Amino acid sequence: MLELAVRGNKWYWGWMVVLLGVIGAGFGLYLMQLKFGLGITGMSRDVSWGFYIANFTYLVGVAAGGVMVVLPYYLHDYKAYGKITILGEFLAIASIVMCLLFILVDLGQPMRALNVLLYPTPNSVLFYDAIVLNGYLFLNLVIGWNVLESERNGVHYQSWLKPLIYISIPWAVSIHTVTAYLYCGLPGRHFWLTAVLAPRFLASAFAAGPALLILLCLFIRRFTNFDPGRQQIQTLAKTVAYAICINVFFFLCEVFVAFYSQIPGHTTHLKYLFVGLHGHGALVPWMWGSMIFMVIGIVLTVTPATRKNETSLAIACIVIIMGTWIDKGLGMISGGFVPNPMHEVNEYIPTMPEIGITLGVYAIGALVLTVLYKMAVGVKEEVHG
Amino acid sequence: MNNSRRRFLQIAGVSALGLGAKPVLNAFAAGGEGPGFHLANGEDALDAKQWAMVIDTRKLHSSADLEPIIEACHKVHNVPTAIVNKNHEIKWIWEAHYHNAFTDKTNNFLNEGVEHRPFLLLCNHCENPPCVRACPTQATFKRESDGIVLMDFHRCIGCRFCMAACPFGARSFNFRDPRPFIEETNKEFPTRAKGVVEKCNFCAERLAVGKMPACVEASNGAIAFGDLYDEHSEVRELLKENYTIRRKQTLGTEPSVYYIV
Repeated sequence: MLELAVRGNKWYWGWMVVLLGVIGAGFGLYLMQLKFGLGITGMSRDVSWGFYIANFTYLVGVAAGGVMVVLPYYLHDYKAYGKITILGEFLAIASIVMCLLFILVDLGQPMRALNVLLYPTPNSVLFYDAIVLNGYLFLNLVIGWNVLESERNGVHYQSWLKPLIYISIPWAVSIHTVTAYLYCGLPGRHFWLTAVLAPRFLASAFAAGPALLILLCLFIRRFTNFDPGRQQIQTLAKTVAYAICINVFFFLCEVFVAFYSQIPGHTTHLKYLFVGLHGHGALVPWMWGSMIFMVIGIVLTVTPATRKNETSLAIACIVIIMGTWIDKGLGMISGGFVPNPMHEVNEYIPTMPEIGITLGVYAIGALVLTVLYKMAVGVKEEVHG
Repeated sequence: MNNSRRRFLQIAGVSALGLGAKPVLNAFAAGGEGPGFHLANGEDALDAKQWAMVIDTRKLHSSADLEPIIEACHKVHNVPTAIVNKNHEIKWIWEAHYHNAFTDKTNNFLNEGVEHRPFLLLCNHCENPPCVRACPTQATFKRESDGIVLMDFHRCIGCRFCMAACPFGARSFNFRDPRPFIEETNKEFPTRAKGVVEKCNFCAERLAVGKMPACVEASNGAIAFGDLYDEHSEVRELLKENYTIRRKQTLGTEPSVYYIV
């Protein structure tokens, strides 16, 4: 099917060239980082994880979000999604590729990355994270590819795929649960030390993933001969509406626990994020922005009129993606590290090279997604067109 | 023909996967039976069930009292003290205020002597260390023979999970090559490469040749060091006679560094 990805118009190739340019620039910056060390980033002794791990966390969510089309189709036989499950699976593949790359660029000694396999350590959550992420990548590659090829050949997919498909559903939940466990099992990091972290990660994932999928569906409908379908987009929009409400609800639960108990260890991080602490408040406007975006997202997706109108739905999806990205990316990681265990406030701000490398990873993800979607849409055009 | 080649590739692929899974399975198998190795102890080596430290803060009044202790440690361990950028700072043992050292024991109205006294902070060599739990490669491990939390600088992949896991801020990461920032290299202790984490090792290299930790030696008797599970050890005597506190002991990590206030 790859041949479908090497046929394209000038827009397609232009986009690929732009992506390759960004990837090249990001790679150049990465070589710089490799030479100098992670000191070219804004990370520090106190905030020892930054932009890379934040984006990793966010994208694990996007990958897990793909299950919101797979589950209704295969478990509830919601036939309408048959048309777009492949889009969810391929989005998951591109996201996991980015996740793995973000982990890699975050390592101080990337050439030793395989030590994780050479000295497997079952008491480390990172060990399980490596297993579930690679496993999910493998599952989606096998399932996505074979189901698409069967569709192209006009036959039913192989029967041995069925168990893999069923496994992939709880597996999607597992990738984000394990990723949350990276954080929420650490003593002394009170911002993360909450049982609701994994559920909250999942809620934001099931909002952000399908929101991105809606935007991609709208794009595909507009620029190709394949229509993912209005009903499909509307059902996805309802998923987004529920998930974003639950995400904000979980957040408010956190706020209640922290401020009603008034235990300083719990309130201090939220205070840092939303009003600033000891005169440090780099993230304050971002966090309020995130809340406003998510509230707008709720209003637009819950209100039937704005949900049914695809223009306002697209706007809702954009603000939800931005809101959850700030919430989970910027706030969740920095918020956990500031103030540090000695109650000192050292803020984190990503540097230009760090942002450049991050964009490079996103560009690789976009390239993978473009190739995969080109194939998927090509097959759909052949079959349905 | 075509079919059998395909079959061959399938079998080869599955076999490769099986080989790759072997170390994983080994890890789950009952531990302690791996390839046998034996570390010989030197004749003079000091040993203990769990090394512990008691810092008598009453004997350390000012920064000037702490400085030689910190310097002794950083010098002998090739800590790059000339790094100016605070973000990239490496420290094994350092000075802190009471409020920062004992975040869960801060009274609004505190004994003035204690409040203005400087406190020495270092790795607590916890009996139940969360950093060891977090490390994905066992580059950080708790030595069973004497309870020291050690690091293998050559195995560390620099993921910094241990730094997030440590509730005491005891760990530093080499954000850049530390070697140009070492003021005087001690040839008897390794320097580190960029991209790995490091921290206090309770002077394991000195205990192995019968010497007390550098900070203990430099402290003029303010720091005692000994076996926590030997009831006649110096540290146990001190713990019996004095009221001591530990950092964040409610977290259950069981720090092995005790402070007499």
